[in-house]
Amino acid sequence: MTRKQWLPWLLLGGPIAVFTVWALADNSRLYLVTLLNGLTLASLYFIVASGFTLVFGLMRNVNLAHGSLYLFGAYVGWMVGEHTGSWVLAVLAGFGSAALVGLLLQLLVFRHMPGEDLRQTLVTIGLAIVLADLMLWIWGAEIYTFDPPPWIYGSTELPVVEKFPTYRLVVLLGAIVIGCGLWGFLNRTRVGMMIRAGVDDRGMLAAAGVNVQLVFAVTFAIGAGMAGLAGVVGGTALSVSPGEDTRYLLASLVVVIVGGMGSVVGAAIGALLIGLAEQFGQAYAPTYSVVFTFVIMVLALAFKPRGIMGKPA
Amino acid sequence: MNTSAGAGARPLRVVGTVPTPSAGAPTRLRSALRSIGVRHIVVLLAVLLYPVVATPFFTYQIGAQALALGLIALSLTLLGGYGGMVSLAQMTVAGIAGYMVAIFGSSSVATISLGWPWWLAVVLAIGIATVVATLIGWLSVRTEGIYTIMITLAIGVAFFYLAQQNYALFNGFQGFNKVVAPTVGEIDFREPVPFYGLTLACSLAGYGLVQYLVRAPFGVALQGIRDNPRRMNALGYHVTAHRVAAYALAGLLAAVGGVLMVWYNGRISPGSANTGAMINILIIAVLGGMKRPLGAFIGAIVFVLLQNFAIDLVDRERFNLVIGGVFLAIVLFSPDGLLGLWAKLRSRLQQSRHSNQRRRQ
Repeated sequence: MTRKQWLPWLLLGGPIAVFTVWALADNSRLYLVTLLNGLTLASLYFIVASGFTLVFGLMRNVNLAHGSLYLFGAYVGWMVGEHTGSWVLAVLAGFGSAALVGLLLQLLVFRHMPGEDLRQTLVTIGLAIVLADLMLWIWGAEIYTFDPPPWIYGSTELPVVEKFPTYRLVVLLGAIVIGCGLWGFLNRTRVGMMIRAGVDDRGMLAAAGVNVQLVFAVTFAIGAGMAGLAGVVGGTALSVSPGEDTRYLLASLVVVIVGGMGSVVGAAIGALLIGLAEQFGQAYAPTYSVVFTFVIMVLALAFKPRGIMGKPA
Repeated sequence: MNTSAGAGARPLRVVGTVPTPSAGAPTRLRSALRSIGVRHIVVLLAVLLYPVVATPFFTYQIGAQALALGLIALSLTLLGGYGGMVSLAQMTVAGIAGYMVAIFGSSSVATISLGWPWWLAVVLAIGIATVVATLIGWLSVRTEGIYTIMITLAIGVAFFYLAQQNYALFNGFQGFNKVVAPTVGEIDFREPVPFYGLTLACSLAGYGLVQYLVRAPFGVALQGIRDNPRRMNALGYHVTAHRVAAYALAGLLAAVGGVLMVWYNGRISPGSANTGAMINILIIAVLGGMKRPLGAFIGAIVFVLLQNFAIDLVDRERFNLVIGGVFLAIVLFSPDGLLGLWAKLRSRLQQSRHSNQRRRQ
């Protein structure tokens, strides 16, 4: 590497290293707890944003109703969980219901306006408004909470940190599993190969005789399903209430802007940066935690306008 | 900045009815005056006589609010319709202008408000908001097309959270109350009719400015950049500078609208610039149609009427469903908004009239 490539790393890494040393010396428990919390939040953001980035990468569709799918999956998952008493079924229901809505959206709406990026985005904004209001109508403004099964409830003993909620560790592990699964799906299966080919060149994929509409539908269903799954997982970690849709939509937006649109690895990097920045900001400078997120976005845009892992469209 | 480059540029034919930019400013003015038809005068008389006929409620709540919202939406029309950059941060710019009026002027929060004279506060507010808009533009023009929506949405929401969390400057969740319109001489702008007059004057000025701009060399270049940035770059235009300048001009319009909105509401809080408010501006602009400046005001009138009378149609709580549904219908079935619908209807009527005439002959 030349010196020019080293400089930004030094400028960014230097202060972070100094801060780490200071924080560890000052209060190592607070630092480690914040680190783990940041990683948990990053996991959640990754699950939400990976679906968003997958859909964008293939279809150039900025799905601003992604947050609504998150909330919808969470509500349906909650209902299933209440009726069956099974948390695992709730997670599956969250995935399935959101995937179904996503599939319908692709088949009924987006399929009929190919290549009209702006119009598709406007449609998703309209859908987000309508869906948010419908969900408020159906489920009211109450706050719902999940009952996770006992084996992930409670806390785990860890060195230095002492007690840490088991559920958050499970989320962290789950995100890693999902990330690996997604990677395997994209890199090792035939459909994944088609999706990757579509991200690189849609026209060529269609010319090669692949049913592009089918690939689009599958991708949209998976992307939407990830949002619904994250709804149940995130709803268990925190709670489900109106307004969460905007919060996770914004998180996905920032994550993919920083990480690069259309790249799952980029989504992981972006989620890690944003999740850590948010938690450390809240722990060490509560008033300005939002500003950190914003600064990261500005820096990413200033040096890499297409995001860290972004490729030219 | 290279914005003046257009003035000295060689004549450039851009598709459409735009007069050649080589024509001097007086000629352009004359051609603009010539295009004023009977319908313009009728509309002008109608909006001037409106407060005489209407009740104070209709003058203030419907008329003035629609004009102020329309002015903010007009800034989006300039950016989106003529510049091809759909920015969701226009309400943020308006919100910043509103906050600055509250901070420099007087409000119920005496510890933060500086209590300076209203004209100084307004000038500072509009200035600062325009600078912020320019910075937002400078940041978001690095990206293109669909990315712009995302970046500006993220910026807008970041400002919302900042205003909500910051108590030193923005007074947090509470915001500022009692930010009232001033009394100048004998005229109290808190009264419905004078305030309506003020918003009407600002809106007409904004409308005229946009109409003038899109015929001026700068506007023609901007439309060229919208249609083909690479070609305009090859022709020697500074694409980024034109785009940033468009953000600055749109920011000016949005800032004026923001000052009017804060006076109209009498208060400003983070909720005035939240995601919902940001998207409302987009809805207004798209509803009316982004192809022409008039669309912003048509959209604003429809929006405000729906907002006030949706209660009669459906439950009060379900307003978002109505407006979201109307927005979806417009986007799905008439991408050029209500004005596009009108143009389609008119061309169809004319066609049938022509065919009728032919049949008679």
